Amino acid sequence: MIASLLGVLFDGLAYGMLLFLVGVGLSVTLGLMNFVNLAHGAFGMLGGYLCVLAMARWNIPFLAALPLAFVVSALVGLLFERLLFRRLYRRSHLDQVLLTIGLTFMAIAAATFAFGPQQQAMQLPEYLSGQLNVVGVDLNIYRVFLLALGAVLVVALTLVVERTRFGAAVRAAVDNARVAEALGIRVGLVFQIALAAGCGLAGLGGALGVEVLGLDPLFPLKYMVYFLLVVAVGGTTTLKGPLYAALLLGVADVAGKYYIPQAGAFIIYAVMVILLIVRPQGLVSRS
Amino acid sequence: MSAALGAPRIPRLPWREIVFWVVLATGFWLWPKHLALASQVLIAGLFTLSYDLILGYSGILSLGHAAYFGLGAYAAGLLAQRGWGEPLSGLLAAGACAGFAGFLTGFLVVRGQDLTRLMVTTAIGLLLFELANKLSSVTGGVDGLLGIEMKPLLGVFRFDIYGRTAYGYCLAVTFLLFLGVRRIVHSPFGWSLRGMRDNPGRMLALGYPVSRRLIAVYTLAAAIAGISGALLAQTTQFVSIDVFSFGRSADVMVMLIVGGAGVLYGGLVGAAVFTLAYHYLSALNPVYWQFWLGAFLIAIVLMGRGGVLGAWTRVVNTLREWRGEAAAQP
Amino acid sequence: MSNRSFGTLLLIATSLATPIAGAQEPIKVGMILEMSGPFADLGRQILAGAQAYIKAHGETVAGRKIELIVRDTTGPSPDVAKRLAQELITNDNVDFLSGFGFTPNALAVAPLATEARKPMIIMNAATSVITTRSPYIARVSMTLPQVTAPLATWAIKNGIKSVYTLVSDFGPGIDAETTFKKTFTEAGGKIVGSVRVPLRNPEFAPFLQRIKDAHPQAVFIFLPASGEQPLAFMKGFAERELNKAGIRLIATGDLTDDGVLEAMGDTPLGVVTTHHYSAAHESAQNRAFLKAYAEIAGPGTRPNFMAVGGWDGMAAIYEVIRKLNGQIDGDKAMEVLKGLRLDSPRGPLVIDPETRDPIQTVYVRRVQKVNGKPYNVEFEQIPDVKDPGK
Repeated sequence: MIASLLGVLFDGLAYGMLLFLVGVGLSVTLGLMNFVNLAHGAFGMLGGYLCVLAMARWNIPFLAALPLAFVVSALVGLLFERLLFRRLYRRSHLDQVLLTIGLTFMAIAAATFAFGPQQQAMQLPEYLSGQLNVVGVDLNIYRVFLLALGAVLVVALTLVVERTRFGAAVRAAVDNARVAEALGIRVGLVFQIALAAGCGLAGLGGALGVEVLGLDPLFPLKYMVYFLLVVAVGGTTTLKGPLYAALLLGVADVAGKYYIPQAGAFIIYAVMVILLIVRPQGLVSRS
Repeated sequence: MSAALGAPRIPRLPWREIVFWVVLATGFWLWPKHLALASQVLIAGLFTLSYDLILGYSGILSLGHAAYFGLGAYAAGLLAQRGWGEPLSGLLAAGACAGFAGFLTGFLVVRGQDLTRLMVTTAIGLLLFELANKLSSVTGGVDGLLGIEMKPLLGVFRFDIYGRTAYGYCLAVTFLLFLGVRRIVHSPFGWSLRGMRDNPGRMLALGYPVSRRLIAVYTLAAAIAGISGALLAQTTQFVSIDVFSFGRSADVMVMLIVGGAGVLYGGLVGAAVFTLAYHYLSALNPVYWQFWLGAFLIAIVLMGRGGVLGAWTRVVNTLREWRGEAAAQP
Repeated sequence: MSNRSFGTLLLIATSLATPIAGAQEPIKVGMILEMSGPFADLGRQILAGAQAYIKAHGETVAGRKIELIVRDTTGPSPDVAKRLAQELITNDNVDFLSGFGFTPNALAVAPLATEARKPMIIMNAATSVITTRSPYIARVSMTLPQVTAPLATWAIKNGIKSVYTLVSDFGPGIDAETTFKKTFTEAGGKIVGSVRVPLRNPEFAPFLQRIKDAHPQAVFIFLPASGEQPLAFMKGFAERELNKAGIRLIATGDLTDDGVLEAMGDTPLGVVTTHHYSAAHESAQNRAFLKAYAEIAGPGTRPNFMAVGGWDGMAAIYEVIRKLNGQIDGDKAMEVLKGLRLDSPRGPLVIDPETRDPIQTVYVRRVQKVNGKPYNVEFEQIPDVKDPGK
């Protein structure tokens, strides 16, 4: 009984951590630049395909393919920021939604063309497969890895945002971009770096997620709802908000499917609607 | 507007538009072999018109409008399946059903900003899809309702294999509802909607009951969406849960933007362009179709919104646009 | 003017000239398939199978040429399917309607087949109820209950007494679950638990955990062959080490579909499934089929049961044309189809004269490596299986 509860908690947290990693970039761009980037999932997809390609074609080991996914996705994000996104910061949300949906369609078509419509399979390295038995609970090794890596990244992100000058600049820009600019902070540069980092994280999340979430050209659309969920429920002014939201939603989804499988898919949507009604500004917000 | 000025005049239908509808009416002779496709264009057009009410005129960002389409489709379908095959009453029942659902969910939708609304509407749409799937003993699930038989329209016109009755039916319903929407859009209520879209804070300050009006328009839009869903169910004599699919909600947004949001004919034009393009281009190569659709959307946004009708208007009114933009500088 | 409008005009012109042209007119076979989107594989396999048959047996039957008119429904879209069928009947004047990867598409078109009296050949859709919707429907694929019941019987015979079922939450899944439960419990087995997973399910972890905690001897699976679920499930099954916990995996052949089996790696080895076709089937007809298929789809591709549906569907159509000497009449075509015997690459196939469903051999197979690649190797067969519950 306790063992299964712990097991469910563990699986849910790992799943939530994955959602956070891929979705946090979306929260950052929305909070910072007021930019709704529905193509965010496409960066996750990019990271996923890159990882699969790196391992299958170029024989790069998994752990080395991960930073590759991060870097390339970040660079591509930077490219898009300079060419396309920055024109939309002042436009309405609808315009942003439309443009990024258009981008998503193009990404899906490109992925179908390049890789075909089928699922991608990935061979995890030996040391990351299998199960560990910890105090009577069977823990999946890969999910332990996910949680550990996620925790490290969260700590790193929090340190950057709260302890570095760059982080202070980001916080200032989120609060009031005009005044920050007036104070001499190069808000444009902050935007670029933040967006690139967000896309990089999405790519990393996508690569990590191939094993758990699967990978096919429809990835951006399939999971877009989950990422939006994390952002809508978690709010856009803090890092902790989306984190808690993602973990909560992950656990709710897994627990729901385990304990009430008949209601399976509902739980996550019902939870979201309830949360949005009760706190339309998100779970954790800075006033 | 003070009452002393008298009730605002709703402009008469200009001759260009009359010609448009007459041409559609002669579709029986102009495209007799494609009446089924034309009916589906009209249904999509009506659905998009209802979406225009909430997005174009009221500024409510929704990605779950298919929920009401689906409710209307199933209301009509279930009635017909259980023996009540009379089309017009089924249509009205469907509209009432969907409208009621719109009223209930309207309270959820008017809270919060763009992103919250987007999420709530998406969640509602997805929830209904899963619910319909769960209740597959009632809805037939993915496989759909079996045994829908429609009685002849007005007791005379049988739904035939060439789609003639279906086309006439869809055209009449679409035209009537279009006239109704037109009236509303040109009324003070309609103008207040535009105000709420552009500056809700100011409207509140002016004393307008913003939430109430948004709920009212949302209910109306839901009812019309339900009617378009019912038309689909009745003319194809089939409903399955794909009427609730997220793809349908996303498609209607694209159709509206392609045609031009906030413009009466935007929905009809957008639906026509999208459906016809999809029908003919998907025969060529479906992968490329999606690619070019994406590129097209990006182009529309970058070059300023308004879709097909907006571009047309801009071509005709360039000077006025220029002056308008200069005035809008902060 | 687009190719399509030109083609349509040409067809209108030729159809107007039919009474005079007579024998030179091609026989038009309308194929309503899912050719794009996430289910593109479905349509492609079926079409390739049909084209392979035409390549192997020639384009002309009874003095008339065969013409395939393919239309794309883009997925399970019954309103699109119905419209396409309407256009095929009224604009293109097809003699046959065929294809149908998805049940709702077939169900929506059924009343049209009845009204226009066109023979409708189901090449893939597997829900039982389809053939009851029109007297003009004949099916050459299989039904879910047909391949599931023998699996339950096999399980009991081989000492599996407790089973947990996991199926996709929609029509075919529920069909499979109901049939398995009924057959298994009637033979004395015990169902320790059941779960229906949502159609769009990315994470199998909680379901697999439930199964593991229930300690059944085996888990019965039905997941639709096209899509991401079989692969996701197999990954989860291996990760969670259910096989090491002593839980066997039995399923319908959709889980180890020939089209995706290679991509699954070594995980499915040893999995026992039941189905009506395996690419590893040893017979002269199958060898001919594999050869013709490779010529159409390219070397290194493997046909699956959907492709066989396309092949056998065309075979049935050819038989009808031959027996009717090129003069296609709906009612006469159905008379030919009822009781038709085909020498299929899968084995013997008969179209039941009463239900117009396929009567065929169901094979019990195990995933094994043949020449280094995983295949569903048949080791038992149950001949002449009808669709139970009809």
